[in-house]
Amino acid sequence: MNAMLPSLAPVAPVPDPPLALLAELTHRCPLQCPYCANPLDLERAAAELDTATWLRVLDEAAALGVLQVHFSGGEPTARKDLLDLVRGAARAGLYSNLITSGVMLDAASLGALADAGLDHVQLSFQDADAAQADRMGGYRQGHRKKLEVAALVRASGLPLTANFVVHRQNLERLPEMLLLGEEIGASRIEIAHVQYYGWSLLNRAALMPTRVQLEAANAEVDAARLRLHGRITIDYVVPDYYAARPKACMGGWARRIINISPAGLALPCHAAESLPGFMWPNVRDVSLGEVWLTDPGFARYRGTAWMPSACRSCDQREVDWGGCRCQAFALTGDAGATDPACALSPDHHLMSDAVLEADRPPPPLVYRRIRSAALVR
Amino acid sequence: MDAVPAFNRGFRLRHDQVRGAWVVLAPERLFMLDDPAVEVLKLVDGARTVPAIVDELAAKYDAPRDVIAADVQAMLQDLAEKGAIRL
Repeated sequence: MNAMLPSLAPVAPVPDPPLALLAELTHRCPLQCPYCANPLDLERAAAELDTATWLRVLDEAAALGVLQVHFSGGEPTARKDLLDLVRGAARAGLYSNLITSGVMLDAASLGALADAGLDHVQLSFQDADAAQADRMGGYRQGHRKKLEVAALVRASGLPLTANFVVHRQNLERLPEMLLLGEEIGASRIEIAHVQYYGWSLLNRAALMPTRVQLEAANAEVDAARLRLHGRITIDYVVPDYYAARPKACMGGWARRIINISPAGLALPCHAAESLPGFMWPNVRDVSLGEVWLTDPGFARYRGTAWMPSACRSCDQREVDWGGCRCQAFALTGDAGATDPACALSPDHHLMSDAVLEADRPPPPLVYRRIRSAALVR
Repeated sequence: MDAVPAFNRGFRLRHDQVRGAWVVLAPERLFMLDDPAVEVLKLVDGARTVPAIVDELAAKYDAPRDVIAADVQAMLQDLAEKGAIRL
């Protein structure tokens, strides 16, 4: 090849830099929520990245254009070096968010995190009813502990998001959840219908809401938004099994977010490890910039050129970016297929059939555990 | 009238060097700003009053004070409703 000749290969445009880094620090977690979005094969502690590598990743992320880092898991407070990582994020100029169950936090650790430069805390709740919450989380006294931690977050001065994952078994208490968010002083409430990946897909038949539940929830959220306007922001994640168009998953494949798994794999989303045929790069070996700009896995479903022809000519192609690749694979076996959430997908019946599960008695929940999945009543 | 606007904890105005743009970083979101919003928010420091901000912008852009005042008030009100600042 003569370097002076113009290349005949199509040149992929340089991608815009990512806005956010999802740092999945660990898969360890004291809770066992059956709707966990983690993969079924959970990483063990010995496989986790060390502190120095995470600090390097934070610096590389900031240099690449990342503005916010979300420390997540698993339970991120299970990492003994969380304080160092929050300090590292602050040093790099990153806005840091802690996504936590809260049960491992106390006044001293929260104060230290606030002093280290943490910007925001998202605290998860499993329900508004303590007994139901503890049943779903598989953790005794978890709900009571979370209420204490919410008060500690407010006392530290940090802004608080109350996160409620909703499903068939708790949606009837959505009004109480919204009130709870208000009572604990959250400035933001996230009501997120379960998205079905990993453990939640395994438990779909037990968690899928009925259409009647969904419509009641939509109305409840609309009313709460009016009531709380100007005081509390409510973010609402709707279930795409009932939708006619897919969601713009992650804001589009490898467009806005870069995800690092506990073991250091760089991924376009937390579920992408479930897709076959990829050799995901590890941040132990390559820089974040190299991953974002050159990794073929990141490039594979970026933009619109990869889409099936029906999607490529659709006027929504740069609205939903083709929806979710992991969902397309999980339901159709082809990660490049149209997301079955789209009513125009030839596989859309897979979604409408699954919705019928909501009218049957729920099967026992499979709780999230390291090792093999165990059936628990 | 003489409210002193200030950013709430968890909201930060930052210059993004990579994109060459000013942004407000917020809990699990960020706000991209247009140029007028940047000019106003640079003056939101927890010390200047709204009238002081208006005076400064009216002088800087040699524009009628009442026009600037209406724009600034609307912008700050919108950001307050989003929880970014308090008035």
